[in-house]
Order: sequence, then structure tokens, then C-alpha cells
Amino acid sequence: MSAGNAEPASGVRREGEATESAADLSAVPAIQAKNVWKIFGSKTSHYARLLKSGEELDPDSIHGTAAVVNASFEVKRGETFVVMGLSGSGKSTLLRTLNGLNPATAGDVLINGQALTGVSKQELRRIRRDELSMVFQHFALLPHKTVLDNVAYGLEVRGVDRKSRYETAMRWIERVDLTGNEGYYPDQLSGGMRQRVGLARALAAETDILLMDEAFSALDPLIRADLQQQLLDLQQELGKTIVFITHDLNEAMRLGDRIAIMKSGRIVQLGTTTEILYSPADDYVRRFIHDVDRSRVLTAGMVVDKTAPTFKPDESAEEVCRRLEAAGHTAGSVLEGGKVLGVVHLRNVRSATGTIREVMNTAEPVGRYTPIAELFSRAAEQIEPLAIMDRDGTLLGLLSQDRMLDSMSGSDTSGGHA
Amino acid sequence: MFDPINPDIPVGEWIADGIDVLTDAWAGFFDVVEEVLATLHEQLLSILAGPPYWVMMIVFAAIAYLVGSHRSSLKIGKTSVPVLVGSWRLALFSLIGFYVIRGMDVWEHAMDTIALVIVAVALALLIAIPLGILASKVTWVSRVLRPILDLMQTMPALVYLVPAITIFGVGVVPGAIATVIFAMPPGVRLTELALRQVDEELVEAGQAFGATGWRILWQIQVPVAMKTIMAGVNQVIMLALSMVVLAGMAGAGGLGGDVVGSLASLNVPLGMSAGMAVVIIAIWLDRVSNGLSDRRPRTKKAPTTGPDDADESSEQTEHAEQGAA
Repeated sequence: MSAGNAEPASGVRREGEATESAADLSAVPAIQAKNVWKIFGSKTSHYARLLKSGEELDPDSIHGTAAVVNASFEVKRGETFVVMGLSGSGKSTLLRTLNGLNPATAGDVLINGQALTGVSKQELRRIRRDELSMVFQHFALLPHKTVLDNVAYGLEVRGVDRKSRYETAMRWIERVDLTGNEGYYPDQLSGGMRQRVGLARALAAETDILLMDEAFSALDPLIRADLQQQLLDLQQELGKTIVFITHDLNEAMRLGDRIAIMKSGRIVQLGTTTEILYSPADDYVRRFIHDVDRSRVLTAGMVVDKTAPTFKPDESAEEVCRRLEAAGHTAGSVLEGGKVLGVVHLRNVRSATGTIREVMNTAEPVGRYTPIAELFSRAAEQIEPLAIMDRDGTLLGLLSQDRMLDSMSGSDTSGGHA
Repeated sequence: MFDPINPDIPVGEWIADGIDVLTDAWAGFFDVVEEVLATLHEQLLSILAGPPYWVMMIVFAAIAYLVGSHRSSLKIGKTSVPVLVGSWRLALFSLIGFYVIRGMDVWEHAMDTIALVIVAVALALLIAIPLGILASKVTWVSRVLRPILDLMQTMPALVYLVPAITIFGVGVVPGAIATVIFAMPPGVRLTELALRQVDEELVEAGQAFGATGWRILWQIQVPVAMKTIMAGVNQVIMLALSMVVLAGMAGAGGLGGDVVGSLASLNVPLGMSAGMAVVIIAIWLDRVSNGLSDRRPRTKKAPTTGPDDADESSEQTEHAEQGAA
């Protein structure tokens, strides 16, 4: 099911995107990686020739280290794409092939449709300046510059004059809740604050693509959860294309629309949270999902039942009861003018005589991105399923208590993920 | 014929021949070098020794105070006056030290020595820092430089004087050249080390935002490495001072000349006075050059609550900005 994909708010477009190339760009994936290899060692150029001539290469037999083995994927515009793996699995190297910090040994990387391989140094710098920005694991803030100058760095490199780059930087400092700290130096800030500076620096560069290399891994758990939330909030509004590297599957599933799981340089599985949870590709992936807190990574939108019938508030209870029984459902939603009014349960309409308006449960619908964990107490208070709505307020479907519990178990028994 | 049992390897003669060839072939170049260095030294000396001693004493004390100072503000009543907070102890030391130098009646020679140190250090850094940068970027340059630097540093310093005198004749210039050769290596080494030690992630950050190599060098690597580079500068200065005394043997004059002269005439008071003056100058130069490398006191931590403490943070912001200036 595709409900796991948090599509970007199509209404939210950055002003910078309204340039001449906006129309053709939106058709191209933000990032494409085609058969990317990265080999470290003394015989790299030899292997590069082999691979280019189309020969098969066994990564276990080579001299040197194959950090990335034949990786292919596309990152859609506005998508949060998470690469997850243990240390040494090649995930950071893969990220660095995307902006050429570690140029791919073989294969193609395309940023907004333009290949990185074979471009001139100047062109590579332009792509890094205008189309990609990066957040680092250990922040990589410039110790001799203030927070303000650090955040403005991307713009400074681009040649933006001091006044307007400070204005932009201040806006982003405010967005990451660091107002008042712009005059400090990085070593005066706590770890969480430093990484917010790192995030603001990347955002202030106003590129469409954000590369985040284990950006939250060096932070303690509470701060990390804060920053994850902050990133999710920002992303809801900005709709950037994000490639996020992590070794924590909980983090991957919380943030990612799609997740690539890497092992020894290979992508062993690529899919949405639900795809990975319910149909792990192999034992390696299965071992990871063992530790995942499903109630926190699964959201209402991922397990919602979209097949439940809908009714109008003025329909008679008798009629609704008949239709529910005929369709084999126990509950349905009540809509008026496209808005969700409430939810009716078979047990209540059976004994009722008037319209269903009188027996429906009018509890507030739930947003699709709400983690299941936050819904249990609400669900326990009522017999009707919860109404789940999309970001724009339209009804997405219903989520019953049974379905919620099913989603917590290992297998995909709820049937909605096909 | 070469006899392997009693080998005759006249390295010294070869080098001497080489120097002869060099002297002939590059005579014009050496003339220019001599002219430039001698003029620089003369000009500097006239600046240092020209004014009355107490003027220079105050200047030295002021330099000592200002180097390593940071801006702050002093509240007098309701108005706050910007002031520079420096080390008054170092300033006091300078006043007393240079007063004593004058009292020992070696003022002129002390100024002569300072002028020579400044010329030699400037030339040494002009060569050492670019070499260090190059060595940090290009591995083979680093490999080639290492044994050469070892040789320059371990060769008894007096040895440089001989060819320097044959090339430039007796005077200030051979002393300066020998000083440059002897004092330069730590400048190269520490610059290279400092740049290589800059966190790779910082360089990557520059690259990831599309900065050019030069921009990364000047805006990231050099500022981050500055502390270690300045430690190298400090080393160069101290070695140069230790060498200018030897330069006295080449007829460079100054305090070195006094030391050499006292040795010849067994003049204990003169030797001691000159020696004490060297010590005072050494301490002054050391503290001042250290102050250059460490200028930003950043003791205050940012409030962890962040945006809520508007009052406190704005005050500290001011402080931090002033530190940066």
C-alpha cells in the first residue's frame, strides 16, 4: 500500500522553484543512482574499467574494499529516502557518491537529471552549491565563525552579499528555534543546538536536496527525538528531497517515506516502512525489525482501512444497518459535504430507530501521521473505529481496534497492505 | 682511484665547489638579496633606535598589552566606555625589562638585534608558511622536504655562517641568512602539521557547499589551524633570537657582537649585560607571539534554554561578537 508514503504537500512550493527549469525538473527524479559502485584500494581504476566494459564483478574477490556494490535507486522529489545499515555497510560512502565527495568508481549518479560523472570541477561545485546541501554527523561547524556566519556559509560561498545572507540566515535560525544564539561560537553550544545550526546551515543554502549523514546519531536519545520531530515538522512544510543516513531502524521508519537497507555495500531491501515490516527480504532485515517499536513507527495512515463504507447523516439507522451487514462491515463513516461528521458502529445502529446522526460517534478524526502508540487510549474508550483523515482534512478511512492490534503483530494480517 | 678501505669522500669540498658555482652564477641575485635585507635592517633600526628610549619602552609595553587583548566595556555611571582588556602584567614586565636594558647601556645593540630578528623572521615565515601549505597538500613535497628540514635543523648552526659570509661578505646579511635557514624548519613543519590536523569533516563541509579549494584553505583550514601555525611562528621567533647571537660572529653587530667581543676580551660585565638583554627580549617576544595565537576568550556557555532568555543572551551575543572582531 502506498499510504506509507508521505507525499509532500503539493501546495507548498518554495519560491526558488518557480524558475525557468521548474516545469521540466518536476518530471525528473531528484536523485537517480544507476549501478553505482565505490571501490577503495590501489586497483580502483582497473575495476572501474572492468565495470564500464560491462563485466561482472564479484565484490568478495577484489583487492581493496567494495564499499558500495551495484546500488540503484531513485529518490522522488519531496521524498524522505532513508539509507539504513550498520557501520561499515557503506551507507555513508553511498551518500558521499551523491555529491561527489566520494566519486563513484562506476555507475551513474544523476542530480535533477544531470550526471555527476565526467562533469568539470566548476560544474560539480555549482551543483553542490545550488542543488545539494549536507548535514554532518559531527556537525562540522566552522569553529571560528559565529552561528550566524555558519548558517550563512552556503550563501557566502554562493556570493550572496552580507546583508541579504544574514537576513536569510536569521530566518532559518529562527525556524530551528535558535534565535538569540546567532552571536555564539559553536563550542559554546550544546550538541543538540549545534546540530540545529548544522540543519539551519543546510536549509539556508535553499537547495532542493538535503543530504543528512547520520545527522542525529551523535545526540542523546531525548535530543534526537526532538530533532526528528523538528525535521518532520519542517519537512511537512518544505517538502525537500532528503536522503537520510542512519543505523537506527526506528529512526529510519519514523522519518522515511522509503527505506533502503544496506549490508556489505549492497542494498538488500528497498521499500516503505510497512513493506519492510511485513515482508522483510531476508534474515538480516528480519533481525533489524525485531527491535523496532511498531507502535511508534507505524502511523494511522499506514494501517488505515480504506474499504469501509460511507453514509450521509440523514440516512435511517435501519437502512445503514442493512447495508453494513450486506457489505460485511461492522462500521462506517458519516460524511457531509466531504467533511467527516462521525463514525457509526453496527451494534449501535441495530438498536436505533431514527437517523444515524443520533447514534454516530462524533469524536475528532485523527491525522494520518499520528503514531499508533498515541491512539491506543482513545481507541479503548469507544467501540467505533477511529476516523483517519489526510492532511487536507478529507477522510482517508477507518482504523478499528482489531486492525490496530493486528498491525502490532509480526505478520500483515490486516490485509490492507497488498 | 677510490680506495674502499681508506675512503676519501670530500663532501665538504663538493659543497664548497657547489657554493662557488652558485656564487658566480647567481651573483646578481645575491646582490639584490643583500641589498634588500641590508636596507630593511637599516630602516628598521632607524625606526627602533631613532626615538628616545622611553618612547620605545612605552611602545613595547603597549604592544605587549594589546596583543592578546579583547574588547570589553567599562561602566562608568550610566555610560559604558569600550575598553581593551589586555595583560597588564606583561605590560609592566616590558616597561621594567626595557628600562633595565637601557640601564645596562646595551640599548642600541638591543634594538639592532630586534631589527635583525624581525627581518629574519619575516623572511623565514615568507618561505616557511607557503612551503608548509604546499607540503600539506602535496604528499611528495612533504616527503622531499622532511629530510631537508632535518638537515637544516640539526646541522650545527655556525656552519651556515661560513658559506653565508663567502657569499655575502661580513655584515648583517650573512647573519640574517644563516638565521633564516636555522629558524625556518619548525615554521614549515608546524604549518604542515596544523593543516593536516584540520578535521576532515570540516573540509568536506566546505566542499559539500561548493567552496573552491582556495576558499576552503583560507576560510576553513588556515583559521582552524591558526593556533598550531602560530605555535610554529613562536618557535621560529625563538630560534631566530638564539641564532642572532651567533650572527654576531659574522659581524652582524648587535648583542651578538657584544657577546663575541666579551669573549675575545674576557669582559664579564659586557657579556652578562648582553646576555641578560637577550633573555629579556626573548621573554618579551615569546609572550607577545603567544598572545597573537590565542586571542578569543570564550568562557561563557550559551543558555541551554535558548530563545527564552532573551535578555541574558543578547548581552552575551554582544560579547561574542566583540570577541570575533
